[in-house]
Amino acid sequence: MSQVIHHDEHYDPEGSKIGMWLFIFTELLLFGGLFIVYSVYRYMNPDAFHLAAEELNTTVGALNTVILLISSMTIAMSTTALQKKQKATTIVLLEITFMLALIFLVNKYFEWGVKFDHGIFPGSEFMKAEMSQGEVLFFGLYFVMTGLHALHIIAGLVIMGFALARVQKGTVHADRPSLLENAGLYWHLVDLIWIFLFPLFYLIT
Amino acid sequence: MQTSSKIPTDVSYLEYKGKHKGLKAWIFSTDHKRIGLLYLYSMMTLFLVGVVLGLAMKFELIAPGKTIMEAKDYNAVFTVHGVIMIFMIVIPGLPAVFGNFMLPIMIGAKDVAFPKLNLLSWWVYIAGAFLVITSVLFGDGSPDTGWTFYAPYSFKTGANMLPAIFGAFVLGFSSILTGLNFIVTMHRMRAPGMTWTKMPLFPWSLYGTAWIQLLATPIVGITLVLVALERIFGIGVFDPALGGDPILYQHLFWIYSHPAVYVMILPAMGAISEIIPTFSQKHIFGYKVLVVSTLAIAFVGYFVWGHHMFTSGMSGTAQYTFSILTFLVAIPSAIKVFNWISTMYKGSINVQTPFYWAASFIFVFLIGGLSGLVVGALATNVYLHDTAFVVGHFHFIVFGGVGFSFFAAIHYWFPKMFGRMYDTTWANIGWLIFTIGFLALYSPMFYLGMQGMPRRYYDYMEEFHAANILSTLGSWVMTLGLIIVIINLFRSAKNGPIAEANPWNGKTLEWTVPSPPPLENFDEIPEYKEHDGPYEYQ
Repeated sequence: MSQVIHHDEHYDPEGSKIGMWLFIFTELLLFGGLFIVYSVYRYMNPDAFHLAAEELNTTVGALNTVILLISSMTIAMSTTALQKKQKATTIVLLEITFMLALIFLVNKYFEWGVKFDHGIFPGSEFMKAEMSQGEVLFFGLYFVMTGLHALHIIAGLVIMGFALARVQKGTVHADRPSLLENAGLYWHLVDLIWIFLFPLFYLIT
Repeated sequence: MQTSSKIPTDVSYLEYKGKHKGLKAWIFSTDHKRIGLLYLYSMMTLFLVGVVLGLAMKFELIAPGKTIMEAKDYNAVFTVHGVIMIFMIVIPGLPAVFGNFMLPIMIGAKDVAFPKLNLLSWWVYIAGAFLVITSVLFGDGSPDTGWTFYAPYSFKTGANMLPAIFGAFVLGFSSILTGLNFIVTMHRMRAPGMTWTKMPLFPWSLYGTAWIQLLATPIVGITLVLVALERIFGIGVFDPALGGDPILYQHLFWIYSHPAVYVMILPAMGAISEIIPTFSQKHIFGYKVLVVSTLAIAFVGYFVWGHHMFTSGMSGTAQYTFSILTFLVAIPSAIKVFNWISTMYKGSINVQTPFYWAASFIFVFLIGGLSGLVVGALATNVYLHDTAFVVGHFHFIVFGGVGFSFFAAIHYWFPKMFGRMYDTTWANIGWLIFTIGFLALYSPMFYLGMQGMPRRYYDYMEEFHAANILSTLGSWVMTLGLIIVIINLFRSAKNGPIAEANPWNGKTLEWTVPSPPPLENFDEIPEYKEHDGPYEYQ
């Protein structure tokens, strides 16, 4: 489409980076809304939140935190490798990041699975019968917030997939790094949100 | 591969032949001008649906008791009317149509920063609109919660809420993408020499608007997601039966939806700030003050959401604070009105259709704004809450503000957009009838509200009859005016006399390019010299 081509001539890495930062702002506010809801209910039900948090598996949570932190490092390294024109290293590092993201999701799957087996899931009759309102709220928020975060991980996987394909094809390179850089920014955001979710649900008991 | 230099500059964007033909040349075009028109046509269609629903409501209220519909249908009609008008017309309204079309030209750019993203946001808009409409056409009854989706009714009602809620979420996404695009465009693509303090006021108002879109929309997005999840799974966050707090829903909803009012009104004010100097042939009075007041409205507008909830239950301190902040917003708004009037003072006023619309905008905006102070004050709010007074105030500000400004803007920029001139006699007749109808339709609501007539009921007591008849008659007159205006514009877009490049002697950059503009707007990117500015009249 000829209308597109004239845009490509005005390639503006600074502009796309500003755009990405603005988008990150909106994402933070999206989760910000949830953090508000969380703080209000934590304030209203301190005991129930304490009790419910005991149910969560801190080991799996900590493991996933470490995985995400490492993946943030590898994607940052892959951006640097791209700047240094080391295409092969860039690709390997991106692939590692991709795999780490998958491992995170697998862990999450088993973690959620155990909860489901115990009858803990949104709308479960067991929860309504056995738990206090505060605990129901805790787990409601737990599933919504970690679920939304998991969706962001999946979106991150898609973006990384695109970046990987474009690096391999050679359309993302040292002079046009925007896609990979923005993928990196996005991935750091996903990481950052988890760093808040982890203590809020697993550590503060 | 075609390069930029080969794109002909003597062919207008309307006639330019790209890769696609026919309809595809529009719905897959990344040209900001075509996208602006796509928004214009889609909004006009949806607007007419909203108008018909509004007419149906007014017809129901022509007499006490059931006239044409049951209470349940009335609930559905005001809900769908509200959702369409708020989320699809007035929130995206001026930014999506005139922002897309004019912003790049006014700042001397060839397009917005992300043209593909721009096209995507139109598609997202259509997807959202489509979702909302499916909630009406399918399922067990149209949404009946009002456009505010208040908890807990929004997840208790048997109506088909999910598509409507999800549709509003998707529409918010479109709004975010447009805002993001505009901010980057203004930061990166202003013409050389156009410093921030030389940028015209319509782009400035879009800048303030874009920040609100960006920072407020995600909150309502997540809130709507929570309501949807509440409906599907019963997670409990807003359900008092499960320990949730419905008031929290109201807070989260209004944290977005109050700033959204400024998303509506700021670009409307921006368009007026362009029209008044052009038709007064005079430098805008207090340019910098207008810029600052735009940003002040955008900023303070964040902290007033609580005034929607004075009767919902909140502490006295919170009530006083929200009330004072509400009064604070009135100051920058009043400064704007003062500056518009001062611009006219000793100007050589050229009374044309856009000027009529702009002047009547100031009039209805004043009534809407002052009535806003009445409901912003704590004591009167308790008395007037949920009465027809609020409906009157709201329509004076939102429909009066955005509607009059929209029509002012379209009559102002029409020759630029379509390269043709409209019939001014019919345009003026349409304006007069519309304005008379508007005042007859909404003014009685102030009286009715003060007499105690509640809003959102299909029925009322006999004592409210006379004023309601006047209001219904007003709705017919206003619609007649609307039809005249729209038919006149449609006919003129096809057959009107060819317009000059600068029919109003405007000084902003869009008047320096041909009408209609070529695909890439400018032969050469314009440059602002030291003494150039957007409003340098002799």
